[in-house]
Amino acid sequence: MSNRKTPLYDSHEARGARFTEFGGWEMPVTFDSIKVEHAAVRGSVGVFDVSHMGELSVAGPDSRTLCQRLTSNDVDRLTPGAAQYSTVTDESGIILDDIMLFQRDAEDYLFVPNAGTDEWMTDHWVSHRDEWGLDATVENQTTEYAMLAIQGPDAIEVVGAIGEDVPTDLDRNHHAVGTVAGVECRVSHTGYTGEAGVELLIPWDQATIVDEALEAQRCGLGARDTLRLEMGYLLGGHEFDRESNPRTPLEAGVDFVVSLDAEPPFLGHDRLVEQAANGPEQRLVGFELTERGIPRQGYDILDEAGSVIGEVTSGTMSPTLGEPIGMGYVDSSAAQEGREIGVSIRGAAKKARIVIPPFLESTR
Amino acid sequence: MTYEVPEDRRYVATHEWVEDRDGIVRIGITDFAQDELGDIVFVELPQVDDELEAEEAFGVIESIKAVSDLYAPVGGTVTDVNETVMDQPELVNEDPFGDGWMIEIEPTAADAVDELLSAAEYEDQLE
Repeated sequence: MSNRKTPLYDSHEARGARFTEFGGWEMPVTFDSIKVEHAAVRGSVGVFDVSHMGELSVAGPDSRTLCQRLTSNDVDRLTPGAAQYSTVTDESGIILDDIMLFQRDAEDYLFVPNAGTDEWMTDHWVSHRDEWGLDATVENQTTEYAMLAIQGPDAIEVVGAIGEDVPTDLDRNHHAVGTVAGVECRVSHTGYTGEAGVELLIPWDQATIVDEALEAQRCGLGARDTLRLEMGYLLGGHEFDRESNPRTPLEAGVDFVVSLDAEPPFLGHDRLVEQAANGPEQRLVGFELTERGIPRQGYDILDEAGSVIGEVTSGTMSPTLGEPIGMGYVDSSAAQEGREIGVSIRGAAKKARIVIPPFLESTR
Repeated sequence: MTYEVPEDRRYVATHEWVEDRDGIVRIGITDFAQDELGDIVFVELPQVDDELEAEEAFGVIESIKAVSDLYAPVGGTVTDVNETVMDQPELVNEDPFGDGWMIEIEPTAADAVDELLSAAEYEDQLE
């Protein structure tokens, strides 16, 4: 089966991108180099094609109820024009996916799951809607919207400069319809880098118009990964995976998206009430290596005596800090900031210290 | 994309180069290899006097994204290690055939280098 392509594929190829497969999509991994692209976002501005992310619309009289029952955060905290980070959990409270949920109107929501999950996520929502007899439409609109993330301290100014009617003064996690390069888009003050910036939801067939009008460093998935890791943000397939690394939001340290009091309760609520009371057996932590070496997914995390207490989920050389950093799950008793641990790299224990992310101060 | 493939080196399929320096051979990775890896951030090398077999993994090179083994194109005894490249791994990206070299070996077999790929043969393999 050939990989899916975003509407900007040809334009990326013309800019000399190096591609990789991600979630069934053929995506740019670098345009210049991860260091260059990473530094552009931390220092000024970078543009990412994130059209591989899914879009699902949920609308109708019971749309709020359906969102409330299938996502762990409290949908009642949303108002039209607001967005929230959340997780979609199963009956056992396991994270199936992490999402951004946008409320567009009183009975109109749009959520953005990860790349490659749009089809089974649609099945999940449709089957629960039917089981619960709710009056809401669920539509997979992944190929109706392209998405560009413009991120960095200069991002909002750069987008504002090419729009006649761009909402530039919105609060974080808010969105509105605007016109960018003559194209009507949803402009959302959200992102995955820890910097100020916007994400644009653009009609699929007009994405190249907006892309061509943007004058900024093009960035690939490589820099997207190092930027999110410096902030300690989760990545599907690393910090959680419904098959290979089943984790609850409490284990993954995103307690702020778990609303145990919201009504009606979400799928997996009871299991998470229990886990909240007893404390999870393992927790996600960040760490920095204090010896030479680079942590990678799958490496063992050790206690001071050398016993295995967990496993690395992500690791890299932080381009901003110039230090090796990572995240991983450890036994809860060991999950304390400053604690000395080890990471087993090719059979040798390398010293590391637990850090509660973000590794950098967010500037947004 | 065209890659630098100096005529005065020999090559192996795993993208290391070998330079014969009066009986001692210097080893590094090619321009193609550094470009494929991307930003190189870590290099692990053996110790002087270590004995290496031909095709044995003698070290590790890591970019931000990837981990890759380094293979000995010829067997022999390590006579020198580029300490500078361990402190400044970016030298491998900047100057793979020069300051970004890895180790020097005294080969066990004097003619081992002659059997490796010529620049033209290696270039054919890149296409």
